[in-house]
Amino acid sequence: MESVLTFLTENKDAIFIIVLSIFLGFEVISNVPSVLHTPLMSGANAISGVIIIGCIILVGHASTTFEWVLGSVALFMATLNVAGGYVVTDRMLEMFKKKKK
Amino acid sequence: MILLNTFMPGPVVLEYSYLLSAIMFVIGLKLQSHPETARKGNFWAAAGMILPMITTLILNKNSAGEGISFANASAVILIIAAGSVVGSIMARKVKMTAMPQMVSFFNATGGAASAAVALIEYDKNPNEAVLVGLLGLVVGSIAFSGSMIAYGKLDGKVGDIFSKVMTWVNLVFMLVITVLVLLVLFGGFEPQINTYLVYSLLVLSLIYGVSFVMPIGGADMPVVISLLNSLTGIAAAMAGFIYKNEAMILGGILVGAAGTILTLQMCKAMNRSLLNVIVGAFGGGGASANQEQGTIKEITLSDSAVLLSYSQKVVIIPGYGLAVAQAQHIAHELESLLENKGVDVRYAIHPVAGRMPGHMNVLLAEADVSYERLIEMDDINPDMPNVDVVIVIGANDVVNPAAYDDPGSPIYGMPIINAHFSKNIIIMKRGMGKGYAGIENFLFFNPKTRMLFGDAKSTLQKLVSEIKSL
Repeated sequence: MESVLTFLTENKDAIFIIVLSIFLGFEVISNVPSVLHTPLMSGANAISGVIIIGCIILVGHASTTFEWVLGSVALFMATLNVAGGYVVTDRMLEMFKKKKK
Repeated sequence: MILLNTFMPGPVVLEYSYLLSAIMFVIGLKLQSHPETARKGNFWAAAGMILPMITTLILNKNSAGEGISFANASAVILIIAAGSVVGSIMARKVKMTAMPQMVSFFNATGGAASAAVALIEYDKNPNEAVLVGLLGLVVGSIAFSGSMIAYGKLDGKVGDIFSKVMTWVNLVFMLVITVLVLLVLFGGFEPQINTYLVYSLLVLSLIYGVSFVMPIGGADMPVVISLLNSLTGIAAAMAGFIYKNEAMILGGILVGAAGTILTLQMCKAMNRSLLNVIVGAFGGGGASANQEQGTIKEITLSDSAVLLSYSQKVVIIPGYGLAVAQAQHIAHELESLLENKGVDVRYAIHPVAGRMPGHMNVLLAEADVSYERLIEMDDINPDMPNVDVVIVIGANDVVNPAAYDDPGSPIYGMPIINAHFSKNIIIMKRGMGKGYAGIENFLFFNPKTRMLFGDAKSTLQKLVSEIKSL
């Protein structure tokens, strides 16, 4: 039990952020017209590519072969997620824009 | 860079760049919830991603206080450049009809990245954080393999497995994964054995992702993609927890929460519970399967042309068949042609028509269909009795009246577009096959219904030239 208490104390800030972000996420997304569900899902998917920061830190300090190989693959994948995600979302939204008369 | 680190409060700049990035994510998502501002929102979110990438590369220091070396930074930049080029090309090349697959694929890559980061980093932190690392590994792996299967299914490369056994198999997987996590945490094994356990965890999670998506069929794919999307967000947040990185935690959890809300909204649109979707009992059979069928009436192209040209109100109900046949442009041509003859043409959009929520809106937007003509289900249903002709193009389950009057049907209770209330119904279909949900549609046997068999695109083309020659 002691380790649980230590965990909760030491990671207090992160836990605060997590709990409040959950509410924020619910609040921001509710009441979206279904027209926008697909682009929004795609846009949110691009944001989940934020793992790219972790990959940069990982490859940035990579020293062993294991870290280099797996880290590089992870960074490449994350970049696909981020770049592809934003471009696909933009392509969808661009079409919504165009037909406004 | 060295200058920056010596004379400027680097860590503070880095931390606050994360705060700024988090704010941009929130603003971006908020703007993306409204049609007029959506595109701007996407730019905000993208900027919110690029900013922490740059500051991390310049200012990040490991626990020993070392910055990122020039060699490593060069590697990072090279890989990001390569990934950006490949990712953008894929995203630019993909057809609008294949959009759901693409999103699913990009979701898989994000999940894989999270799993990889968790695999490398889980044991480099104080004991208490190992749990978070393992969770990141499990969730990321499930998101990866699950998304790849969803991608394969949407692309028609992977079939469905409907079996009650899968429910039990999946329960066993979940149990074993939980036990393994607990063993690593509290088992007190040698590091070597723990490593084996963690790799077994990785493999099991990957298999679980496959077996989790495998039995979920057809009509439920949109829900699954949304769910997997929120899992990827959670995995990224877990990895962020390992690094104590606020931008990653907030971004990941935002996506996790937003994805969950979207998932629940979709379940609601189909009148099913999330558990019901995950168990995957949907598709095929149903108590109503052996009811009397009635007769089918066909309609010729010229009759359809005349009927449409002399109507006042026409409503087009598009479904996945329209997407598959790439018939959105020709549908738009039909619409403008009729509009020139003084017919009022609108599109009725069911929230889950196609393979993703809003799929039809995106497709028709691509074909330059005016935004105001796309009417949502709840807004068009009250007007249905006044509609002269309804044309159902490649849609099936979303107009199936069994949702109202057949308690034995799997889609009973799902809101549908009330095509059966209109005065005439023309159904364009390739054959008498069942819809994606695998159930019979009694709208086809309605006395007001006439069938126009053939591929959606070529039939529409013929119909357009028929109307032109009137």
